[in-house]
Amino acid sequence: MENENLLHISFSPHIRGTQTITKIMLDVIIALIPALIASVLIFGLRALLMTLAAVAAAVTTEHIISVFLLKKKTTVGDLSAVVTGMLLAFNLPVAINPAMTILGAVFAIAIVKCAFGGLGFNFMNPALAGRAFLLASYPMAMTGSIFARSGYLGKLPENLSGINIDAISGASAIDGISTATPLVAIKIIQAVKTIELTDLQDSFYSLFIGNIGGTIGETSVLALLLGGIYLIYRGIINPVVPALYIGGVFLLYLIFGQTDVSFFSGTAFTVAMFQILSGGLFLGAFFMATDMTTTPITAKGQAIFAAGCAIITFIIREFGGYPEGCSYSILLMNLFTPLIDKCVKPRVYGTGRKR
Amino acid sequence: MFNKWTFEGGIHIPYNKRLTQSLPIENYPLPQKIVVPVLMHIGAPAKVVVKVGDNVSKGQCVAEADGFVSSPAFSSISGIVSSIGMFKHISGKLVTGVEITADGRNDELRFEPIKNWREQSPSILMRRIGDCGIVGMGGAGFPTQVKLLPHRDKKVNALIINAAECEPYLTTDHRLMLEETDKILKGVKILQKILSVRYVFISIEKNKTDAIYVMKKKATTKEYYGIKIIPLETKYPQGGEKQLISTVLNREVPSGKLPIDAACVVLNVASAAAVCDAVLEGIPLTERVITVTGNAVKRPGNYIVPIGTYVKEILEYCRTDFSKIKKVIAGGPMMGKSLPDICVPVMKQTSGLLVLDTITPSYSKNNCINCGNCVKACSIHLVPSLLAKYFEKDMYEEALKRNVMDCMECGCCSYVCPAKINILHRIRTCKSYITQKRAKESLTQVK
Repeated sequence: MENENLLHISFSPHIRGTQTITKIMLDVIIALIPALIASVLIFGLRALLMTLAAVAAAVTTEHIISVFLLKKKTTVGDLSAVVTGMLLAFNLPVAINPAMTILGAVFAIAIVKCAFGGLGFNFMNPALAGRAFLLASYPMAMTGSIFARSGYLGKLPENLSGINIDAISGASAIDGISTATPLVAIKIIQAVKTIELTDLQDSFYSLFIGNIGGTIGETSVLALLLGGIYLIYRGIINPVVPALYIGGVFLLYLIFGQTDVSFFSGTAFTVAMFQILSGGLFLGAFFMATDMTTTPITAKGQAIFAAGCAIITFIIREFGGYPEGCSYSILLMNLFTPLIDKCVKPRVYGTGRKR
Repeated sequence: MFNKWTFEGGIHIPYNKRLTQSLPIENYPLPQKIVVPVLMHIGAPAKVVVKVGDNVSKGQCVAEADGFVSSPAFSSISGIVSSIGMFKHISGKLVTGVEITADGRNDELRFEPIKNWREQSPSILMRRIGDCGIVGMGGAGFPTQVKLLPHRDKKVNALIINAAECEPYLTTDHRLMLEETDKILKGVKILQKILSVRYVFISIEKNKTDAIYVMKKKATTKEYYGIKIIPLETKYPQGGEKQLISTVLNREVPSGKLPIDAACVVLNVASAAAVCDAVLEGIPLTERVITVTGNAVKRPGNYIVPIGTYVKEILEYCRTDFSKIKKVIAGGPMMGKSLPDICVPVMKQTSGLLVLDTITPSYSKNNCINCGNCVKACSIHLVPSLLAKYFEKDMYEEALKRNVMDCMECGCCSYVCPAKINILHRIRTCKSYITQKRAKESLTQVK
């Protein structure tokens, strides 16, 4: 019989799901688009150009390394480099020198990702590592961003901006930081004890919409939330992680944030709200703490990871000299991932307590 | 207790059952030539008891059970034994088989029907089930009478009839429930008597609404008291023994043990129908319902096929476009076997023939991105990607510690993997290495 030789043999299962790495990455890119649009509206076209530069640098680096250095087929098709580039740009202030952006992207891809074996083998989030690298190398440029008034939405909330600029000029000696991001502002304001609760409350709307200072992608909570909900809907990320992370920071500030006022008071609530709405918490919680490669594989492990991030973020923001603890908390927890994976095992069917 | 009639894990896959689910069971014409393999079950091969040139009738035993876990094989047509030798088997190996050429006499041998089965002792009924060669018809082919044997110190207080049919494409159990409802329920009553259990649960996936309706309607009559129909969530692998036990009884089979250790027995619904035939009619297991389906088949359907018929002939009968065939699978696409050759006979546990005109996309060399999809999908709650990594690094001890032997090979991990890594194959190879190693070690201990 002529056909029998043509039969294809393979091991079960004989059908496969349609999910691929490229599709996952594409979903992440789609989820990042609202934040990209928000950044253009807030900071102007420069934000888009910065993002494109970071993406181009990341993709080119990966292509060059895999084709010319490793003599392999290029892996840029999986779009993971695009995601890394976008996330890195989102973590940078808009006024930064484009050369630094490119340098950060090259570092993220070449050192953090490719040097460890490419996608799936990086031990920490490449975009965050790139940011940390730039922060260590160019602290002034990284934190010295002034809110770009060129944006279409660009209008500083009066109450915060007024205090801000005064505070910055008056307190520029403190830590050598001169910036207009809300977290820095509140830190300085707290130092000089000129905080007004109503000022904070009035800023909530601006914080939520995002027309405030900060890095490109972190400012608009609304846009990030939209992207995050899309990722949860598509089943790409575990909703427990952002919930525990953001909820954890909120709760910690609610309980320990204001030592001189009673717990769960209105003041504590306002401060906690301010803390979760400002800084890169939403960006980190939805897009970085849920990074598949560098977070634990089990749901229980991911919950521990998120709780750890919340605690470290709180500690850095509250007790550290540096106002923003989000990226470092995720990077630190990335290092714990292998340990968490080793210790947290799902209960295998037929073993343990239940009979 | 809150029970959603499902288990943790598992996957939702396109079921593709529409092709055949509304097609009534058809009789397949008598084949001219069949081959009865002596190994159509788990356990010791049966022993051939006929010679070349012997006249055999339909239902005549051609190979006797040889050993405790074994099952006899019967001729499914009347004819002459034309040769006895090594024939290709569905597994791809060469297995002793009895080739029978039809003579057109159509005479049939049956056992004495046990009409008064209610008064008979369980051992007599059990012997009949064994004599008729009934095995698990869902795919594994474990001799049914062995499952029913009373175990020392082990009580059985529940019987689950597996009619979930969670494999895509297959519709044999579904049609059987619609068309042979009484036969199934009678078989279930006999099994209930043998095991002397109070309740029997017939578990059916919710996508077979008509079957659930028909079965429920019949089962509520007085005659079938004690039979409960359980609608299960539509999810793969809902028909796995362990998943059924946790879904229906909220019990777990201890790691490395059998369902009997969870005080229950799980049997396939087609086997229950065969039990009814064996006891009430005295008919041995000579034919079974097979779903023939797939995009290369022009006349898909559910057919009663004599066991031993060549797959090739069945495909020809169903007007398969042979030039299109890329792959033929015996069983469902998730756990079935792809056939290297279609000149093999169908067996007692062959529930379907799936003819695909496309090949499975090959496995890529992507890295694992640690996405955790396999962990979410694993219904045994293993970490499949980790086990696959252990295998690659020859860390068998580590894999053993992470319960690699508990894997039931349902294939969910490979199905969901976005990196298209063949996780299941790695785990399976890891398991066989460990089994081999254990066998070697026990051998050296004996020496």
